[in-house]
Amino acid sequence: MFKNLMSWIEYRLPFMDKMNLHVMQYPAPKNFNFWYFFGSLAILVLVNQILTGIWLTMNYVPSAEGAFASIEYIMRDVEYGWLLRYMHSTGASAFFVVVYLHMLRGMMYGSYQKPRELLWIFGMLIFLVLMAEAFMGYLLPWGQMSFWGAQVIIGIFGTIPFIGEDLTLWIRGDYVISGATLNRFFALHVIALPLVLVILVFLHIMALHEVGSNNPDGIEIKRDNDGSVEQTDADTKFTFHQYFTRGGKKVIVDAIPFHPYYTVKDLVGVAGFLLVFAWVIFFFPEGGGFFLEPPNFEAANPLKTPEHIAPVWYFTPFYAILRAIPHPFMGAVAMFAAILALALLPWLDRGKVRSVRYRSGLHKVNLVNFCISFVALGILGVLPATPTYTLLSQLFSFTYFGFFVLLFFYSKNEATKPLPVRVT
Amino acid sequence: MSNAPVDQGRRRFLTIATSVVGGVGAVGAAVPFIASWNPSEKAKQAGAAVSADISKLEPGQLIRVEWRGKPVWIVKRPQAMLDALANHEDKLRDPESAVAQQPAYAQNRYRSKKPEIFVAVGICTHLGCSPTYLPSDFSAQVEGVTSGFFCPCHGSKFDMAGRVFQSVPAPSNLMVPPYMYIDDNTILIGEDEGAA
Repeated sequence: MFKNLMSWIEYRLPFMDKMNLHVMQYPAPKNFNFWYFFGSLAILVLVNQILTGIWLTMNYVPSAEGAFASIEYIMRDVEYGWLLRYMHSTGASAFFVVVYLHMLRGMMYGSYQKPRELLWIFGMLIFLVLMAEAFMGYLLPWGQMSFWGAQVIIGIFGTIPFIGEDLTLWIRGDYVISGATLNRFFALHVIALPLVLVILVFLHIMALHEVGSNNPDGIEIKRDNDGSVEQTDADTKFTFHQYFTRGGKKVIVDAIPFHPYYTVKDLVGVAGFLLVFAWVIFFFPEGGGFFLEPPNFEAANPLKTPEHIAPVWYFTPFYAILRAIPHPFMGAVAMFAAILALALLPWLDRGKVRSVRYRSGLHKVNLVNFCISFVALGILGVLPATPTYTLLSQLFSFTYFGFFVLLFFYSKNEATKPLPVRVT
Repeated sequence: MSNAPVDQGRRRFLTIATSVVGGVGAVGAAVPFIASWNPSEKAKQAGAAVSADISKLEPGQLIRVEWRGKPVWIVKRPQAMLDALANHEDKLRDPESAVAQQPAYAQNRYRSKKPEIFVAVGICTHLGCSPTYLPSDFSAQVEGVTSGFFCPCHGSKFDMAGRVFQSVPAPSNLMVPPYMYIDDNTILIGEDEGAA
């Protein structure tokens, strides 16, 4: 009876076939390390944001008059409202933690290189939408930092020559950030951008499954079936979906099915993540003023600028680049260029070897340089703009962009180590 | 079904014509969506000119008037402050107010209609924070200049005519809004048509 029902459905919508294709018979390289947790963790956080977000809208009032009070209402009067809100606000920071680590993983193992360029581009689009989502969400509590942070970021659009002034007026819908701005940001934050985000995540995963997962060795697990590849017993033990063998044209080596092997392994990552996540939510929900900034506990006041305006930590590396350039529009251009440079990595890196394990010492140093520059800019973006800090911001902006310039030149004729035949 | 051979030219024409008409329709349909983001009539109404009474303004005092949600400063500058404006012009980025950040009648050393009354939008020209008025402690920021405005966000500095100092993030002088004197004690901010 049940079997008949299943085959009735399968005939009309091949659900089990797609599950096999993408989960049970999806070949994943057997050598994933902990760096491969962050993709599934990002999905977990997305689900957390969507769920807690929906519940927050049930008590949140999207208006200049009611927003701040409704947040206090959620925090104090709604049962478990504090928990839902802290899960959402901490989730925003967690999202950027896992996404930054996920991106670093891609950079270390060359996961953006051919044929995964489009996969990387979708990832960068997700990152952009995520930043827009976080920025608009931060306005909603209508605190002082919500207001003035939005003022600074909308001001960035105002630096565009000729159209800047009119553009900011159009974005705000008023001569100042007002209820009109709040309401449109609310609409975009809870409906438009999450939809786009979910669609992009779907495309990201589809693009991933088409070209297959990269791995820490950066070598292909799908080889041409020309007799040169010897399959061991371990290779023939599992059944993979015929789609991946391209009707016998490809041989799959050193792979294990995504389910149950990586679903179970990812559970360990999930447990570790939730441990830290819960610790922050229950003992450290404001993240020391970095997840929820102190001025935001005061309602927005257009006539009073807080002493020191700093964006939330995940924007600070790019914010430091913006401030490093003395010319406002060029600063904005540099900031967007910093993101664009990442998106162009597949073409800036002209190397043939993917993984940092087999690349030159120069590349290793350069990658460390990138990490140091990014973190240093992140710290500088929080600090006030004194002459010393501005000079340091300029220095680290230089080394940040230097990473890409250097990479472009040395990657063409890089002294790499020989690649292993099979994953290690 | 007719078996007549396909007229490729006709098919291409119809495809292009359909695309163009559909494209025009799509652009037309986008208009209300994009235009609805413009300030509403209510917002425009709230952005109308405001008047300020300056009869009780003391020398050196700054009052704030809200115009279009922005703080507009009105400062009564004593003679000493006005005289000091000439002394640090070598440290300014735009001492002659060449950049159009003010109506033509405010393009002078005092950047005002009447020298003693200074009217300006109190928003830093860098990224929109509101600078702090330092009537007597400004010399900590710029040596030898007693009073001025200091932006707490990114450290931009302006003198008592809202002129920006060199080597700060703000690119230009503070904005002077259009304004007019209705009588000696009343300023209308936001309008200057027919003004003397």
